Order: sequence, then C-alpha cells, then structure tokens
Amino acid sequence: MSDNDYLSKIRNFCIIAHIDHGKSTLADRILELTQTVEKRDMEEQLLDDMELERERGITIKARAVRLKYTADDGEDYIFNLIDTPGHVDFNYEVSRSLNACEGAVLVVDASQGIEAQTLANTYLAIDQDLEVMPVINKIDLPSAHPDEVKEEIENVIGIPADDAPLISAKMGINIKAVLEDVVNKIPPPVGNCSAPLKALIFDSYYDSYKGVIVHVRIKEGTIHVGDRIRMMATDAEFTVTELGYMGATQLLNTDTLLAGEVGYIAASIKSIGDTKVGDTVTSAERPAEQPLAGYRNVNPMVFSGIYPADGAKYADLREALEKLRLNDASLSFEPETSIALGFGFRCGFLGLLHMEIIQERLEREYNLDLVTTAPSVVYKITKTDGSVCYIDNPTNYPDPSEIEVAEEPIVKANIYAPADYVGNIMELCQQRRGTFKDMKYLDQTRVELHYDLPLNEIVYDFFDSLKSRTKGYASYDYEISGFVPSKLVKLDILLNGEIVDALSFIVHADSAYPRARKIAEKLKDNIPRQLFEVPVQAAVGGKIIARETVKAMRKDVLAKCYGGDITRKKKLLEKQKEGKKRMRKLGSVEVPQEAFMAVLKLDE
Amino acid sequence: MNKVGLYIHVPFCLSKCPYCDFYSVRYETELAKSYAIAVKKNIALYKDVKFDSIYFGGGTPILLWREICDILSDISDKIVDGAEITAEANPCCTDREALSSLKAAGLNRVSFGLQSSVDRELKALGRRHDAFTGEKAVELAYSVGIKNISADIMLGIPEQTPNSAAETVRRFTSLPLTHISAYMLKIEPNTPFAKQKLSLPDEDGYADIYLETVRLLEENGFDQYEISNFAKSGGECRHNLKYWRCEQYIGVGPAAHSYFGGKRFAVPNDLEKFIKCFPQQTRVTDGQPGGFEEYMMLKLRLSEGVDLDKVQAVYSVAKRDIERKLKELPNDLYRYENGTVALTPKGFLVSNAVIGILTDIT
Repeated sequence: MSDNDYLSKIRNFCIIAHIDHGKSTLADRILELTQTVEKRDMEEQLLDDMELERERGITIKARAVRLKYTADDGEDYIFNLIDTPGHVDFNYEVSRSLNACEGAVLVVDASQGIEAQTLANTYLAIDQDLEVMPVINKIDLPSAHPDEVKEEIENVIGIPADDAPLISAKMGINIKAVLEDVVNKIPPPVGNCSAPLKALIFDSYYDSYKGVIVHVRIKEGTIHVGDRIRMMATDAEFTVTELGYMGATQLLNTDTLLAGEVGYIAASIKSIGDTKVGDTVTSAERPAEQPLAGYRNVNPMVFSGIYPADGAKYADLREALEKLRLNDASLSFEPETSIALGFGFRCGFLGLLHMEIIQERLEREYNLDLVTTAPSVVYKITKTDGSVCYIDNPTNYPDPSEIEVAEEPIVKANIYAPADYVGNIMELCQQRRGTFKDMKYLDQTRVELHYDLPLNEIVYDFFDSLKSRTKGYASYDYEISGFVPSKLVKLDILLNGEIVDALSFIVHADSAYPRARKIAEKLKDNIPRQLFEVPVQAAVGGKIIARETVKAMRKDVLAKCYGGDITRKKKLLEKQKEGKKRMRKLGSVEVPQEAFMAVLKLDE
Repeated sequence: MNKVGLYIHVPFCLSKCPYCDFYSVRYETELAKSYAIAVKKNIALYKDVKFDSIYFGGGTPILLWREICDILSDISDKIVDGAEITAEANPCCTDREALSSLKAAGLNRVSFGLQSSVDRELKALGRRHDAFTGEKAVELAYSVGIKNISADIMLGIPEQTPNSAAETVRRFTSLPLTHISAYMLKIEPNTPFAKQKLSLPDEDGYADIYLETVRLLEENGFDQYEISNFAKSGGECRHNLKYWRCEQYIGVGPAAHSYFGGKRFAVPNDLEKFIKCFPQQTRVTDGQPGGFEEYMMLKLRLSEGVDLDKVQAVYSVAKRDIERKLKELPNDLYRYENGTVALTPKGFLVSNAVIGILTDIT
C-alpha cells in the first residue's frame, strides 16, 4: 500500500462553535450516524464525560474520537473528530487541537449568528490553513434565519457559505450532509511515513495504570510499540508501551501509528509536566531536526490563594491539587501562608473560569471545604533600586516608597454584540478603564468593538456584567498584549481594626474609593452579627477610606423547653457548632467563606 | 427511694393553634378514656419511684380533667407529701367544676395559656379566648383555692410592639399570679404560621420587647429565674427546674420525654400506638447524657448560673479555661461573682452564642 492510499481515506477535523450553539450535540449525532456508539450506549454529550462538563454544558478538556464512515461514494473513511474547548481561558488548547486537523466544521446557530468565540476560533483555524466548512444549526427553531446567517458568515469571515448544510443536531436533521461535506471538502492529511517521527501532542491525561496517556497527531514518520521516544521541549525520553486509537467509549490497541493518523501513546510516563500540550514527540534514535512550530509555555494569568476551611485538611488539599495537576498542566500552585488563613496554596490559572472549575472540582471530587481569596493578576514592579519583580499576591506588594514604576497587564479585547447595546458596552468598558480602539459594523445590526482593557478589570466579573448589560447577546474574547505603567494602590481591609491579609487587593487609584465603599458594604452584608460590634474598614496606605459596621448580635436563643426535650436543644447547639466550623476566625471575627468570594461580585 | 418528676403529655386539643408544633389530636371522649387507662398502666410500671412533681402538659390537659382526677387518685401512693402538681389549661375550657374537682384530687398549680391581654394579638395567634375570659379564668382558679397560678405571655406576636407587650405585663401582674412564663414566638416549620407572610418583629424588635418585658416583670415583683420564666418569691416551677438542673423525670404519653436511668428517651408522636402498645415504646435520644456541654447549656439558662468550681470538680474542665473564654464576651452579657457565672437578660438573649463560646474548650 502506498502512502497516499491510506491517507486519502483519513479526515482529521474539529468542530468550532460558540457555547450552546450545539457542538456537543452535533458530535453526538455524528457518533450515532457512524454507529461508533450503539444507540443504547448513547448518553447525551458523550464526549463531555467530566461531571462538571455536563452540568455546565461546556467542554473543558479537548477530546478526540476515531469514527468509521461509509460515504455515498461507497468508500470507507476514517474520521478523527477532535473536540475543542470553547472558552477563551482555554484558547491555547484550542489552537493545539486545530493544529492536529486539516479542517474545521464551523457550527453557527441559525438564530443567533456568529459570536465572538466562534470568530476568534475560526480565525485561529484559518491562520493554521484549515479548511473551514460552515454548518448552520438549529434550523428547527422558529427564530431561525439561515439566509441572513449565511450572509453574515460570508461578510464577516469571508468564506463561502451558500451551500452550507442546514441542520438540526438536536432533531437529527441533515447530519449526513455534514459527513459528506467532511469527505468532499476537507483535504486528507499529508505526511511521509519514512521521515523522522514528528507527532504533535494535543492533549494528555493521567491514567493510574498506564501513566500519562498522550493524544497525538502523527505529522511525519511512524511510531511502533517498543520505540524509544523523546519529548522535544522537555527532552524527557520514554519507551512506548502501548499505542492505539481513541474509540468513543474505549481505547483500541494497535502496533503502529502512521503519519496522518491520530492516536494515543502510553509510555509509563509518570508526570504530566513531561508531556506538554503543543510539544513534539520524536524518535530518540532518529530524532527530527526541528520540532513542529507553535509550541509555547502557557503562563497562568490569574492567581488566587486556596486554603482549606479546616486547617487540618492542608495535606488533603495538597494531594488533591497534585492529582488535578496530573490532568491539567496549566494549573500551577505553590505553598503560601496567610496570617488570616494559615497554610494554603497560591494557585495560578489561565483565567477566571479555569479558576472556578478547579475550585469546584476540589470541592466536589475531593470533598474539601475551601476558602478562596480574591483573584489577582501579575503586576510588574520596578523598584527604586532598579530591580524588577512580579507580584501575584497583594500581600507581597511593596511599600509605595520602594516603587519606581508599577505596571499592570493589558489585554486586547474583542467584543461582539448587536448594535443596540453599543452604548451600554462603551459605558462598561469606560468604567473598567478601557481604551477604545475601533468599532466595525459586521452587518447592519451587529458590531465588533476593540478595546484595550486592564486584565485586572476583567478577571472578576466583566463577562457577567457584559452579559447583563446586553441581555446576554454580547460575547468577547481577549489576548494578553503586555504590561503598561499604571497608578496602582493596595487596598487593605480591616475587620475589628485588624488588617486581613487575605482580603487585600490591588486596584487602580481612581477606583479605590468606590471599590472600597462597595467592598465594605458587601462584607457587612456577608458577615453575620457577632457578640461584638464589628467595624469593617477599607484603607489605602493606612488611611481609612470607607467604613461600615456589623451590628452586635442581639438574639440567638432557644426560648422554649417543651416537656423536657433537652436532646433537641443539644442537637441544635451541636449544629450551630458545625456551622461555625465553616467560618474562618480572623482575629476575633468569624467570617463565612462566602464573604471572600462576595467581595468579587461588585456589579450588582 | 428515688424522688423524680413525672411529665404526662396530654395530646388532645379542641383545635390547633397556627404556631403550635406540639403533638396533639382532636379531642374525642372515647379516645381520651383509652388514653388515660394507658397512662395509668405505664406509670404503674415504675415500682421504686416517688414523684415530687407532676406536670400535665399538652395539648390541652384541662379538657381531660376527669381523667386527670382519676389518674391522680390511681397513683396517689407514689406521690410524696407536698409534691407540686400542675396542669396546663386554656381559659375557654376551664370551669368551676373542673378546677374544684382537680383541686380536690390534689392538683395545686395551674398554668394558663393566656399569651396576651390584647385581643388583636390573641386573634392573630388563633387563640379561642379573649383577654377578659383569660383574666376570669385566673380569678376562678384562685377562688376555688388554687393559689399557685402561672400564665404564659407570648413575645414577638405579629404586630406586637414594646408598648402592647408592656400592657400585657401590666394586666397580668395585677392578677393573682405567682409565676409568669414569657416565651418568644418561634416560627416552626410545618405549622400554618410557617406558610404565612407574617409581619414579625426583627432581631432588634424581639430584643427590645424581651428586655422591656424582663424589666417590667422584675419591677412588679416577678424575678427572672430562667431565660423565659419569672416568679414571685417561692413561686418557681419546681418541675421545670428539674429540666435545667439535670434532675431525673419520667415522661408518659405520646411525645413525652424522659431523663431516667442514665438515658434520655422519648415516646413516639403516635397516640394510637401509645394506647395499643404496652409498655409504651420509647426511643433513646441521648445514650450518654450529662456531659459538660449539656450541663453548661442547661445551667446557664438559669439566673442562679454555673459554679465553676463545681464544673472543675465534676467535669475536669479547668476553671481558668472558662474564665479565659469569659473574657471574649462583652461584659454586659454576664455576671461573674464568687466563682459563679450567670447570664444577664442581654446575655440570655444571645445564650446560644455565649454557650457555644464557653464550651469551646480545646
């Protein structure tokens, strides 16, 4: 068999779609239609097998599946469908998944049209020379207007959309047309089986029996079981113990993987840090000269302190974080100590969603009660002595007298929304210290706005605010563009006159007053009454700029004793004690966990 | 011979008050008779005890005054001389015949569920009597020779103000009462009140009403001896004091609780079962009662307070540890004199939090 024979029967593609536009449902239908999964085994959103993914309806980690499809031309084709995450926090993972494909199916909602994330990912795909193949979904909805959406695709993205299949993934309408388009429009992979091995890692996960399993697209060469392989970015070497394809519900063993194919490698790899997404796998005996292009280290952009609510659970938290990192190389953490919260970890995340997901997984999968401090971005500080440091924890922010220049990270944000909401969006961006760059009409009703925004203004609740001011129609994405000098101050929060280090954060000087007032109010509402009156103060550099008071508790009593039912009273007191365990004692003040997060949600 | 208290739960009412979650069923003559037989049989089971206090609680015990007379005569050999014998009563179910018969059978204390002397508030509570009927009932009891009379005041009634509560206190203290219980209305789940949107005082409102009530009662000679209980000199309810002083009591009847033989146990809330099953079924609610926390929880409800030297001796909890905890409290919540801690009215109001702190010794 010559190289081209098998290659011409392979199609590697992904699906690009905005959240809720039906990507996972389309994937489900394709699995059904290709009979990769028997109908009786079919669960909704089969590829999203993490509990959290199903609940939130999002794809967190990319996944891939191999399908067999008999086309109308009578030939059998191998499809490798590579699922990609849809959220801006996971942009890098998206770009790596795209790199493993020759084509992308672009799913656009027939009633909502193109959204920011779709556009961003589509541009990523076009940049990587993928064939983008539009599909218009949800045509069964009464509000569907497929012709306008087609026009939008042609105008905005600049790809022909005239013969885009009109489908309903939910109702199973016209799915076959999509598969035929995949065969006919997406080019087969190219590659030379006898060249030195180059395999792109686009995903990896930890399996407790086999070690790290890496998902790869073989770009060049061939890999066999028993081969000695090397990771080109980390130089780590391993011996291949198992190769195979990813079936929808199980792994399918094989002896070799050829150029053009998508599959997995197991090689008794202990640490996921050795198998970075985007890295190139090559042969240790006959290495490739150059790795595949495009690998970069992903740096966390948002940091937050995570502490066990019960100090005794510190070791459990460490173990849980280590286990999570096995599957998520973009999670970073190191021990830190807080005067208020004791021992915990400074964790780095790709973004706020990533942070929330990690937090939820720790609480759910590892049954931990956590206290999470306000997320912070990284600040670049040039000190008066000329040294430069990066600060990701407000507690470590230097004294103003030592600071020559303080810089904060800036992002380029693209916001897409119906034109009606431009005023609201501009108002929001202005409040968040945005600099307007330009605005483009995508069509008569939709606009694209470009802003430069400080990252620290968008990590908290920017997306929520954007949604609420545009009735949910706006979408946005961003990329970090660098650091710019800024007037920053550290805002301290005092409870009962004592600074609570875990509540301090960095804020632009102009926002300090309104921020301080709101936070003091929020804390007042979230801290239950105590036996003492508790002053809540906010201060900049020792100067109090806001104050609220939590009034002293006046009633907390079990008044009646009925017929000597002492046990009930005792149980109520025990329950009360349990409830107290969920509080952190900061000095003499009991603070519930919710208070730490409540201070973040200020736009209410 | 063991001297213990006896609590008899009488689970019958003419109608259910909308705030009440105590166990009761509609009154029926035949059911009441079978119930009384079961009560007598169950009390007879306890051979080696004598009762120095008996309390008929409910429900509306006065509805069963004939049965109560019968029970008292049946168990007379178990009652010590001078025992306190109380029955709860509702003003509208009380008449001269009932009261004088009970008096003749040995009853020497009656506790009226008056709740308020403001008709609007009585209506809001769904009570069957008005203020006038309530006062007449107290006078009637006094006139048949029952000199030890208690009345309940409800605090925190919808629409109640410190002024209207004060009005109730003034009217009650002019009646021939020896004892007043002032309970704060608590909205219990699964009661009609829980489903209604009531205009209730807020935390500060409750606190103001309570503190003002305590002050007025004291001013009128009713000394506070427990969070919710006040008495003229010598009028303290000896039966209820047993609960707070960790003394033994036996409960008979559905929903009755006992502390006896080293355990706390309760009879299920099921009248039919109580009548059918002999002896009455019980479930242990606390197999190891009598610990430090329980002692503190109960004793701190009393104005007499807790003797820390005794705590140190009995429960091996260091006096200085508790003293250290006391320093965490605002000093208007407690008094600490001669090694004894007692809460002030302000302290009683937040006693859950205070007890939580004082028993959090590690």
